[in-house]
Amino acid sequence: MSIPMTAPEVLDREFLEIRAKVLELAASFDRLHRAEGVVAGDPRLSLIHEALDVLQVEADDRAEQVQLIFSLHYDDDWQQKFDMASGQ
Amino acid sequence: MYYIDPHIHMVSRTTDDYETLAKMGCVGLSEPAFWAGFDRGSVDSFRDYFRQLTDFERKRAAQYGIQHFTWLCINAKEAENVSLSREVIAMIPEFLNEPNVLGIGEIGLNKNTKNEATIFVEHLELAIQYNQQILIHTPHLADKYQGTRMILDMLCDDTRIDRSRVLVDHVEEHTVRHVLDEGFWAGMTLYPVSKCTPQRACDMIEMYGPERLLVNSAGDWGPSKPTAVPDFIFEMRRRGHSESLIRKVVYENPVQFFSQSQGFKFTAPDASVTTANS
Ligand SMILES: [Zn+2]
Repeated sequence: MSIPMTAPEVLDREFLEIRAKVLELAASFDRLHRAEGVVAGDPRLSLIHEALDVLQVEADDRAEQVQLIFSLHYDDDWQQKFDMASGQ
Repeated sequence: MYYIDPHIHMVSRTTDDYETLAKMGCVGLSEPAFWAGFDRGSVDSFRDYFRQLTDFERKRAAQYGIQHFTWLCINAKEAENVSLSREVIAMIPEFLNEPNVLGIGEIGLNKNTKNEATIFVEHLELAIQYNQQILIHTPHLADKYQGTRMILDMLCDDTRIDRSRVLVDHVEEHTVRHVLDEGFWAGMTLYPVSKCTPQRACDMIEMYGPERLLVNSAGDWGPSKPTAVPDFIFEMRRRGHSESLIRKVVYENPVQFFSQSQGFKFTAPDASVTTANS
């Protein structure tokens, strides 16, 4: 199944919206820069930079990639760590 | 277009919201038991809450022509209190034969702790023992991916569970495929602060198809929008999707999923009666 709109139609519809979102991000970064104090070592900032990099690479799963960047790691041996039996 | 909201917390909404939902085409909704915004102190507090869900809300909805269904449990946040959770789980069977009860929910994880996982498994045991359907809450934001994978591990470990009778809610781009691939139903929650937007929900329908996917508002006492499902319908139409596809997602899918529950005695707007397994 796919989207019934063509790529030019999507761009026509969303260009101003995308422009506005990019502008909001730019203003947020300016605000961070203008404010007193340092956040350079804050791990949240590196997550943001990692996510911004994803946006620049052509792919059809960029939303999923960004979600994973902001997600805690999943360990498949968590049940042993919790001392919980698995399997019924 | 008629629609059903499969996950909305009407106890925290006004009667005016029922009227608005009815005017927008909502003919049925299901309300899972959840957190009240504060931790409750005793099992009797839950007993009163379950009376509200099985009696008062059902009648309040009926005044606006909306059929109200519900799910019972102690939610993941309060599951940190293991002894209270066990008292609540032991009390739930008192309500399982009430006419609007669809099953056990919304159980799940919140901060992915051991206590939450322990109580989740005990709820599964209750559902299996009473042959109940299950509705599952997945955590928000950074905890969602890890918590969803843990929930799927616990569900898939138990061979007694019929996956077609389990709904895993609040899926997003990084969890939806895992849920569908394992054979469960998945719910997308349209919520302004966390979770998903109508646009991204449409994207996921386009990427994964409409089978076993539901859309809900989760309207509650937080900054939420009880009319989010009509927003989704509107976005699907703007993109040029067919009315039959939209109707499948917002009406036929919930009817198909809920019909596996004995408590789903639903009168369709065209007056044909849909009951369990028909
Ligand atoms: Zn909920």
